[in-house]
Amino acid sequence: MKLNKIILSFISALAILLSTSVVSFAKVVGDKIVLGAAISLTGKYSSNGVHTQNGYNMAVDRINSMGGVKVGGKTYKFEIIYYDDESNPKRAAQLAERLISQDGVEFMLGPYSSGLTKAIAPVTEKYGVPMVEANGASRSLFTKGYKYLFAVLAPANLYLDVAIDLAVEKNNGKPVTVAMAFEQDAFSQDVRLGVLDAIKRTGSKKVIDDKLPKELNDMAATLVKVKQMKPDVLVVSGHTKGALTAIRQIAEMKVDVPMLAMTHCDAAKLSKQHGKNSQYALCASQWHKTLTYKDDFFKNGMKYAADFEKEFGYDPPYQSAESSAALLVFKDAFERANSFDQKKVRDALAATNMQTFYGNIKFAPGGQNVDKPMVLFQVMCDGSGKCENKVVAPTKWASAKLIHPIPKWSER
Amino acid sequence: MDFMVFQYPMITVQACLDGLLLGILFALIAYGMALQWGVMNIINIAQGDLVILGGYIAYFMYLYGIHPAWGVIVSPIIMYFIGVGIYKLVINKVVDRDLFISILATFGISILFMQLMNFAFGADVVLANSGYGTTMLFDNNVTLPNSKIFSAFVSIVFAICLVIYMKKSKLGRAIRATAQNARAAKILGVDTEKVYAATFGINAALCGVAGALISITFTIHPYMGLPYTIRSFMIVIVAGLGNLPGVAMSGMGLGVFEEFADYILGTEFRIGSVFLLLVLILVYRRFKLSRKREYLK
Repeated sequence: MKLNKIILSFISALAILLSTSVVSFAKVVGDKIVLGAAISLTGKYSSNGVHTQNGYNMAVDRINSMGGVKVGGKTYKFEIIYYDDESNPKRAAQLAERLISQDGVEFMLGPYSSGLTKAIAPVTEKYGVPMVEANGASRSLFTKGYKYLFAVLAPANLYLDVAIDLAVEKNNGKPVTVAMAFEQDAFSQDVRLGVLDAIKRTGSKKVIDDKLPKELNDMAATLVKVKQMKPDVLVVSGHTKGALTAIRQIAEMKVDVPMLAMTHCDAAKLSKQHGKNSQYALCASQWHKTLTYKDDFFKNGMKYAADFEKEFGYDPPYQSAESSAALLVFKDAFERANSFDQKKVRDALAATNMQTFYGNIKFAPGGQNVDKPMVLFQVMCDGSGKCENKVVAPTKWASAKLIHPIPKWSER
Repeated sequence: MDFMVFQYPMITVQACLDGLLLGILFALIAYGMALQWGVMNIINIAQGDLVILGGYIAYFMYLYGIHPAWGVIVSPIIMYFIGVGIYKLVINKVVDRDLFISILATFGISILFMQLMNFAFGADVVLANSGYGTTMLFDNNVTLPNSKIFSAFVSIVFAICLVIYMKKSKLGRAIRATAQNARAAKILGVDTEKVYAATFGINAALCGVAGALISITFTIHPYMGLPYTIRSFMIVIVAGLGNLPGVAMSGMGLGVFEEFADYILGTEFRIGSVFLLLVLILVYRRFKLSRKREYLK
C-alpha cells in the first residue's frame, strides 16, 4: 500500500516535470512558428470544420514552400497544433486554455462558427494571445471590445442587406415588401439585424418575420404566408438546413416570389442537391473564385480553386478560402512586426492593410474586416440542368446579369 | 399572436391538410413506440434516431441512383435486423428491470447512434429527391406536395398491414399474448425472448419506413431525432397503449395542432408548443388520476 503511494507520487512528480518541460518548447521552436487551433473535426460542424482545416493546411504548405516567414533576418516555417473541439463551445474554451497554458502556443487561429469563436475569444483575450479567425461572423464578436481578435471575414449583419438594396434598385428605387425567415441562433439573428437595418434605411416594409427553431425541417407555414402576402423579397437564413428546406418546399408548394435571398447555399451544395429547383436563388457569400483579387501566394481565386481541388478533390467553399487568408494575414503581420512579441504582433495585425486572393483585409477597431464587401451570386442553370453559381452583385465583380424577377413556376 | 390562419379559408384548409398528412407519419412512428412500450414496457428514447437512420438508408439508395421510394421497402428490412441486434446486445438485459433503467439504456443508445451517424455519414443536412411534383387544389390556392401524400399513403398501408399481421399471424398472436401477460404466455409455451426481439425489430422497421419517408419529404441530419421521439411519446401518452385508432387520431391531431401553433404563435414556438402540450396533458392525467384515487379511498 505504502509502496503504491510512493510509486504514484513519483509518477505524478515525473508527469509534472514533463509537462513543465513541454511548456518550455512553445511558440517559436527552432525555425518553426507554432500556431494553435481548436477545430470541429467531429460533431455537428465537422464538415465545415474540415473545410476550415483544409484551408489552413493549404496556406501553411504554400507559405512554407515559398520561403516561409522572415523575422529578424531569419526564415521561419508555420506549424499548427490542432485539437478537435467536438463542435462543443465548452470543449473549445478548454482546448484554447490547454493550447495556451500547456502547449505554450502564443498565436491562435480561429475555430469554425460564431458560437465556438465566442467561446474561445475570452480565453485568448485573457492571455493576450492574438487570434486571427476566419469563420466567426457574428456581430456580437466585434462589439465586446476584444483587442486580440481579428476576423478576415465581413460581419454577419452584412450578409444579406445587399439583397434588400438590390431589390429596391430593381424596383426603381421604391421601397419593397420583405418576408423574413431566420433561424434562432447567433449568426442568423445577426443576419436578420442587418436586413432590418436595410429595410429601415430604404423605407421598406417587413410583412413576415418568422423565427425558425433549430430542430425544424418544415417551413410550410411560413411559405403559405408568403404566398398570401406576396412580398417582393423572401430572405431565408438557417444554415444549410434552412437553405435546403426552403428550396425543397418553395419548389413543392410552387411559391412565386420575385427575389429569393439566402445564406449557406454553397455549404448546402444547393445546386447539386436540388438541381434546377434551386435556380434563381440569390446567395450571400464571403468569397467566390471568380473575384479578381490577387496575391503572391495563391495568385487569384481561380488558381486557388484549381490548386485546392487538386489537393483535396473538391471545389473550395468560401470557408476554406477565408481560412487560408487568415494565414496570409499572420505572415504579413509577423514580418511587419519583425518580432514575436505578442503585443507587437497584435499592433501589426491591427494595422493590416493588404490584398489577398480572398479580398482586401483591413481591420476595424472591433476586429472585423471592413475592406471586403460580401458578394451575391445567383444559381443559374443551363438547358441540360447543369447549375452554376454566378456572381451578380456588387456590379464591380458581376460575371452575369441578375435575373429579376424570378420567373413564375407556371412559366418554368 | 396572428390569426391570419382563420382570416383566409384557404390557409385554414392548407394548414389542416398539411397537419393531417404530417400527423399520419407521426402516428406511424408512435405506433411502433406504443407496440414496444405495451409489450416490453420499454420507452425507447432512441426512437427518433432509428427514424433518422432509416432515412439515411433511403438517402444512400438515392445517392446510388435508386429511386428513394424503394427505401420504403429496403429500409425496414435492414432496420428490422438492426432492431433485433440492439435487442440482443442491450435491451434484453434491461427488459425485466424497471422503466427508469430502460430509459437510461435507450438514452445511451440514442447518443451512441447520433455520434455514429455523424461519424459515418457526416454532419451535412441531406435529402433525397423523389421528383413527385405537386398537387394543386382549389384553383391553385392549396398546394400539396405529392411526396407528402405518398408518405401518408405508405404510412396507412403499413399500419393496416401491421394490424392484420397482429391479428392473423402466429407471431402477432404471441406478441399480443405477451403484452397481456408475459408470464402466462411463457407458461403456455410462448418463447417471450423471441417475441421481444421481434417486437423491437418490428418497431425499428416501422422507424425505417418513417425515416425513408422523411428523407423524401423533409431533410435528415444525425442530430434531428429527438423531436420525433418527443412527438411519438406524446401521441402514445394521449392515446394509451394498444389503441391503434387512438394513436392514429392523436397523431393527426398533433400534426394539425402543430400547424396551427405555427401560424398563430409563430414558427419559433412550433416545437415548443408540442412540449407545452405534453406538460399540460401529463398534468391533466395526474389530476384525473388523483381524483380517481380519492374516489377509491
